[in-house]
Amino acid sequence: MDTTKSVWLPEQASTFANSVDWAFNLYLWISVAFFAIIVVLIAYFVVKYARKRPDQLATAQIVHNTFLETTWTAIPLIIVMALFVVGMKGYWNMRVAPSNAMQVDVTGRKWAWSFDYPKEGVSTDTLVVPVHQPVRLRMTSTDVIHSFFIPAFRTKADVIPGRYHSLWFEATKTGVFQVFCTQYCGTNHSYMWTAVKVVTPDEFQAWVAAAADPSKGKTPAEFGEILYSQKGCVACHTVDGSTGIGPTWKGIWGISVPLEDGRSVTVDEAYVKKSMNEPATDVVKGFQPIMPPFQGVLSDKEEDALVAYIQSLK
Amino acid sequence: MTAHVHDNINYLKTSKGLKSWLTTVDHKRIGLMYLASILVFFITGGLYALLFRLELWTPNKDFLSVDQYNNFFTMHGVIMVFLVVVPGIPGALGNFVLPLQIGAKDLAFPKLNLTSLYLYWLGAILAVISLLAGHADSGWTFYAPYSLSKNPAVMWMLTAAFLLGFSSILTGLNFIVTIHKMRAPGMTWFRMPLFIWALYATAIMQVFATPVLGITLILMLVENFFHIGIFDPALGGDPILMQHFFWFYSHPAVYIIVVPAFGIASELIATFSKKEIFGYKFIAFSSVAITVIGFLVWGHHMFVAGQSEVADTIFSFLTFFTAIPSAIKVFNWTTTLYKGSIELRTPMLYGLQVLFNFTIGGLTGIILAILSVDIHLHDTYFVVSHFHYVAMGTTMIAFIGGIHYWWPKMTGRMYNEVVGKFASLLVFVGFNTVFFPQLIMGSQGSPRRYYHYLPDFQIFHQISTIGIIILAVGLFTALINLLMSLRRAPDAPQNPWGARTLEWEFAETPPVLFNFKETPVVTHGPYEFAKEGA
Ligand code: HEC
Ligand SMILES: [Cu+2]
Ligand SMILES: [Cu+2]
Repeated sequence: MDTTKSVWLPEQASTFANSVDWAFNLYLWISVAFFAIIVVLIAYFVVKYARKRPDQLATAQIVHNTFLETTWTAIPLIIVMALFVVGMKGYWNMRVAPSNAMQVDVTGRKWAWSFDYPKEGVSTDTLVVPVHQPVRLRMTSTDVIHSFFIPAFRTKADVIPGRYHSLWFEATKTGVFQVFCTQYCGTNHSYMWTAVKVVTPDEFQAWVAAAADPSKGKTPAEFGEILYSQKGCVACHTVDGSTGIGPTWKGIWGISVPLEDGRSVTVDEAYVKKSMNEPATDVVKGFQPIMPPFQGVLSDKEEDALVAYIQSLK
Repeated sequence: MTAHVHDNINYLKTSKGLKSWLTTVDHKRIGLMYLASILVFFITGGLYALLFRLELWTPNKDFLSVDQYNNFFTMHGVIMVFLVVVPGIPGALGNFVLPLQIGAKDLAFPKLNLTSLYLYWLGAILAVISLLAGHADSGWTFYAPYSLSKNPAVMWMLTAAFLLGFSSILTGLNFIVTIHKMRAPGMTWFRMPLFIWALYATAIMQVFATPVLGITLILMLVENFFHIGIFDPALGGDPILMQHFFWFYSHPAVYIIVVPAFGIASELIATFSKKEIFGYKFIAFSSVAITVIGFLVWGHHMFVAGQSEVADTIFSFLTFFTAIPSAIKVFNWTTTLYKGSIELRTPMLYGLQVLFNFTIGGLTGIILAILSVDIHLHDTYFVVSHFHYVAMGTTMIAFIGGIHYWWPKMTGRMYNEVVGKFASLLVFVGFNTVFFPQLIMGSQGSPRRYYHYLPDFQIFHQISTIGIIILAVGLFTALINLLMSLRRAPDAPQNPWGARTLEWEFAETPPVLFNFKETPVVTHGPYEFAKEGA
């Protein structure tokens, strides 16, 4: 049983969580008190001053009371100004990453996340970070606005095409924590999930070593299968024959596909590579030209692996 | 006034036939036509909500596809915002009540008033075309670059919202001029009912903020058609700029939505307590104060959108000031009940619900101004719940309360009181069952606009879905109850509630064509009730 989870708030797993939750709970109790006072007063007045005879009048006509009015203006004013300071302090802390933060580049695209570690030279589709290590995410999107939200870390930031937006955190415990996209981004917005895996520093080093060459010890088709989910093809293409946002990959190798412009092409290595790099040139009949171009995103080795994987899907 | 014979009969009977309604310039008939249209769209928007809430019964697909779901929440949002809550109270009740409450024969520009209604209808037609043109799926916020995807349905929607904005501006203009120029003798500013003050503040916002919406929507259309590079980052545009524009309108729009409701709540609470409203001037001025502050806080919708930390801080600071007038209003209404003679008629039950719901809506808004906490809550169900406590729990409930309050004046009929009370109870329970669980689900981290969700959140969704069924039954009962009264012979007395405002004290039920047989002379304030023994 996780003790940091409460009725109102999820588990805490970053250095921000405490201060955010503290402010939240402080406010929660203040508002419960206000609410209770108001509701009790209303209920009491409604019962006590209920009209008993049809022609009954009010027993007093009070229009104004300076003492009351000053008090109930001053008290909320003081409270909200205090809240402002609390919130501002917490927020500035969230925005300024420590200088020793480890950097990870995050790319959002419909409807998948990918993470590149510039220093370690590895890429992944699940964020892996060491515990007790400040991490700074430098985020951008290749299509529309997304938003990167880690509830257990109490932080989020929009991921915007055409610019970088950053976010930092320091995880306080190991475990796997949910990541959501929280900026509506179209059809599969609510499937655009991933996770942050917080590990010990040793585990992190071991992971980096293994991730540095993900193709190691794998056949090209096996590597292609990994890339299929890692590069986000899975969001639009199925491998079981059902139609998704894009055509399925099952059983397409070698067949002839009709295109939007009336031509048809045979699915071979050249066509598949062209589809990845400039998908808008040969648009498959019955589909929208919405596939993002992967030119420059995929290395030659990765392209070959994806081709091999598609070829293997009989 | 050399009155035509017809001028002295009830406005519903002066002329007959569809054409007489479609070409009328009588503010009362225009108000009723608004009312009917707005109720139609309220039901439509509500059905969308009912359907997607049912879909959310389980975390995965039940009976709607993901694209249908995205389309449904978009339609729900666009319809409810642009066709229901923004035009709602001013268009329907404001139109009907405003001239009556200040002792005027009509609005200052009756033809312009009819134009507003036609623009509203035109906007509504475009929204329907959008439905036929495909799946609008941008959400009511139309964020770029997603909304720049050349989806024809989205473009029809943008055009619809644009026309509706115009309608809103013209109504606002009409109200401002009428309030300034057409008050009856003796109707000083401080004898105006608080509903009028509220409509006045709202009108100012309509006139000043809505043009920005218009510009934004035009720029979006231009961007869609000509690819200039205004908001689309792929063309060198700035999507954040679009958000600034959008919220520069849409934050004041929150007050366009809620301030009229404050006005109605004040009428209901004072009248059914037979009490002078506590702090009249404060309530009047706070409506205006909120208008001014409301223009300066739009950036609080963008704390995670990548604006500068300094901007975030300033917007947070200013936002807290909106809390003060709102809090004081709640205290004023509560204090008004003290030592009153309180009668729990149907409209009053809605008035008290407004007080209850708005307290929650306001309190859950203040927490979103706390910067560090907002980062966590932004774009979760917490926000969804917060604005429904305001737009539905405050505005729509006040609207429904107002309809029950002015129904006898509009139609000449009393509805069944027992059924009315019962319906209002269902509405109260239903509404809170829908939205309270969403606060918890949101602070637990459940994002909004999610078709597919974590199984942990299922229980909250299910309670919420049960709530909407109760709410729907309640609203439907209220509607049937009102409609049933139309089958009866006119039976409403001139002033069934013993109110002190002109529309009840001076105008007949229902009023004559030009409202009053002779110009009323105002000699007392709107809530000057006597007290026991005096
Ligand atoms: C946003 C959705 C989306 C993503 C992500 C996506 N695709 Fe596509 N893809 C499509 C669509 C839609 C089509 C059909 C239209 C076209 O040909 O451009 C398509 C077509 C293709 C085709 C041609 C298939 C055929 O049946 O002729 C290939 C090959 C392909 N994609 C490969 C990939 C690879 C490899 C990835 C991941 C690196 C990927 N796609 C990611 C949407 C997507
Ligand atoms: Cu998304
Ligand atoms: Cu706002």
